[in-house]
Amino acid sequence: MAINPKIIVVGGGLAGLAAVIKVAEMGGQVDLFSIVPVKRSHSVCAQGGINAAKNLKGEGDSTWQHFDDTVYGGDFLANQPPVKGMCDAAPGIIDLLDRMGVPFNRTAEGLLDFRRFGGTLFNRTAFAGATTGQQLLYALDEQVRRYESEGKVKKYEHWEFLSAVVDGNQVCRGICAMDLRTMEVRTFPADAVIIATGGIGMIFGKSTNSVVCTGSAQSALYQQGAYYANGEFIQVHPTAIPGEDKLRLMSESARGEGGRIWVPKQAGDKRDPRSIPANERWYFLEEWYPKYGNLVPRDVATRAIFKVVYEYNLGVDGQPMVYLDLTHIDRKVLDRKLEGILEIYEKFVGDDPRDVPMKIFPGMHYTMGGLWVDFNQQTNIKGLFAAGECEYQYHGANRLGANSLVSCIYGGFQAGPNAVKYARSQQTSTDGVSSTVFDAERKRQEEANDMLISNQGNENPFQLWRELGAVMTKNCTVIRYNKGLEEADAKLVELLQRFRSVNLSDKSMWANTSFVFTRQLYNMLQLSRVVAQGAALRNESRGAHYKPDFPERDDQNFLKTTKAYFAPDADEPRFEFEPVDVSLIPPRPRRYDVAK
Amino acid sequence: MANNNTVLIKVKRQKDPKSAPYWEEFDIPYRSGMNVISALMDVALNPVTRTGQPTTAIAYDSNCLEEVCGSCAMLINGRTRMACSALVDDLEKPISIEPFTKFPVIRDLQVDRSVLFENLKRVKAWVPVDGTYDLGSGPRLSPVEQEQAYPLSRCISCCCCMEACPQFNEQTGFVGAATISQVRLFNTHPTGKALKTERLRALMGDGGIHECGYAQNCVEVCPKEIPLTQSIAEVGGQVMLQAFRDLLRK
Repeated sequence: MAINPKIIVVGGGLAGLAAVIKVAEMGGQVDLFSIVPVKRSHSVCAQGGINAAKNLKGEGDSTWQHFDDTVYGGDFLANQPPVKGMCDAAPGIIDLLDRMGVPFNRTAEGLLDFRRFGGTLFNRTAFAGATTGQQLLYALDEQVRRYESEGKVKKYEHWEFLSAVVDGNQVCRGICAMDLRTMEVRTFPADAVIIATGGIGMIFGKSTNSVVCTGSAQSALYQQGAYYANGEFIQVHPTAIPGEDKLRLMSESARGEGGRIWVPKQAGDKRDPRSIPANERWYFLEEWYPKYGNLVPRDVATRAIFKVVYEYNLGVDGQPMVYLDLTHIDRKVLDRKLEGILEIYEKFVGDDPRDVPMKIFPGMHYTMGGLWVDFNQQTNIKGLFAAGECEYQYHGANRLGANSLVSCIYGGFQAGPNAVKYARSQQTSTDGVSSTVFDAERKRQEEANDMLISNQGNENPFQLWRELGAVMTKNCTVIRYNKGLEEADAKLVELLQRFRSVNLSDKSMWANTSFVFTRQLYNMLQLSRVVAQGAALRNESRGAHYKPDFPERDDQNFLKTTKAYFAPDADEPRFEFEPVDVSLIPPRPRRYDVAK
Repeated sequence: MANNNTVLIKVKRQKDPKSAPYWEEFDIPYRSGMNVISALMDVALNPVTRTGQPTTAIAYDSNCLEEVCGSCAMLINGRTRMACSALVDDLEKPISIEPFTKFPVIRDLQVDRSVLFENLKRVKAWVPVDGTYDLGSGPRLSPVEQEQAYPLSRCISCCCCMEACPQFNEQTGFVGAATISQVRLFNTHPTGKALKTERLRALMGDGGIHECGYAQNCVEVCPKEIPLTQSIAEVGGQVMLQAFRDLLRK
């Protein structure tokens, strides 16, 4: 039993840092691994805010309402007890962040200001301008830096997680990682490991995610025997700015502050949008969903935009784009509450959204699915925990806006203490584990590296990645057909085959970024099959998963968690299904044209 | 070969920290709206120089690609800036791309900027909270106070202000504008100011705030338009006052 256990945290976004802080506070020793300096993690990209039912607007909001909105918004696929735990804890989390110095926007009286987000009728979202994720990440980063200077946390930045070290009893005893500069492969022992490696956007080529969001760590663990749950649930955000290198998010807070989505009623209308009179504009979300209007949940808004663009052919200029209009809102209000995102539009598109309606289109944004964990955030591999976007637990079939930040911090706050408790309860600490366990894992990874670097072939990994992104975006996002999903899986098999002929232009062993990317690519391909096959198996429509051939939710057959596991001999996923814990709120039909 | 549908980029490369730098040129297929990052991605897809020589993908730091993570800072046409928000349409051609000059090169455009994070440790850039357990809400702040703190808190640690600063070099060991501005931020916070004295003392002595030569380059290149010179002026005043107090106490 270890009084001051060694805990490894992989990933330095909000979930990882939240876990680090709790472990350090409880007396644990933390090794923190991250590909990028933790302050540059993808959490910085979160814009609009963080949900907590503080009820500071006299609306009668409550944590139960937040819980109900979250479960309903997720189309009843989430196990309910952890979701309730998160919603109950959210107001305390906001208080803590406030104490840590997050510059949340304020009311005249000096209290926290709240705004409305999608999928709720309450003003429940605290925010720091429109760069809330950045501000929260910095607050946690600062606290971790404090622990680092006290010697309780050791950072391994510019290191990439390769695999878990798992002993003969299927207990996680540490990790194997690679220094991204020297390319050295090393194992690190720990009494417990927490994975907080974020999203998987890169498997869709272009998404709103950051470059590091490959899902490589989750995929490596899935290939080592961890269950991956609800992989088919992919959130496509309704409002992103299409770009050459990525899709840039245009926060839901733009609509929370009164932004309106519309298209000209007449197809191919060439007029300047500002000169089109109100009666010649179609505010389709407001018309179809009078109660929630522009603030329907993301899956609903995204499908509506697809319908208008592809079925009614009413995209702006005949292109796949609609207007997101803020021009009717006072400039000072926009600057105070949304400056960060307006700046992004200005810098990357060149127009000022205070003057001109923005042109936006849906873009892949978030994975509701992830590593399967129990209610203690522990995976099916003992001693291996997961928190944040890389696990599946809090959002069911669709995540509500501003729930990701709270789920990351809450998940980290659960995983950290649970990992310490687990480590303290173990009879044999990792110190007693034979070094052969670690040596074997290091050797396995070194061999994989050697094979890759010396491989002779004619495939360029970046070309394979482009093809992966194209096939996943086409078949595994907003609208899904079984035929397309089967084609996608066949293409993935082809890409995995071609991967064997991959040839690196760069065979050096110093800061070789294309080598690192190619390693990630293999894991992306394996994980993509979980998404495609999981979607094929689920013959219903629920939340973000929509099949026109099966347009209704089917609780009889599919009120179940999808659990994928890797079959090494077949080199592909197998699937199980697990009943959902709906013990607190009985499932009911989900609709947003009327109040719940 | 170059034509109207390609853009010429010149990249200063270096294999590792010890080897000599060299230049390579690439013709990149032009698309409207592309940025410098997408040009570097094109090189990875087809690592062949302008003269048809096979080469390697270019090593560079990047992550969010929307100018909020601070990763992709480099010199583009000689100017200190973020590569993600450098749009090809707005740049003079050919485009020259170089790593920062005042930080050790790791490889190609990657440099080691860890000095900033060390500096942030030195000045205790955090709010000393008692713990993460439930202690109720934080201090009340007026909207005016929030509107002063927020712009300072948007610093993305890109180190552009340090690269552009004539005083930031090995001789002075100057701490740089970003760290000083963080001192201002935390000294203003109702709880953060508990560590004010320690922060100010950390800015005295070698490499401290007095090394600033008022060139004002920092504020000009800051991609987040942080009022860095104001921060230096204000913290400079605080440091003077603290030094005076320390002197009297001796």
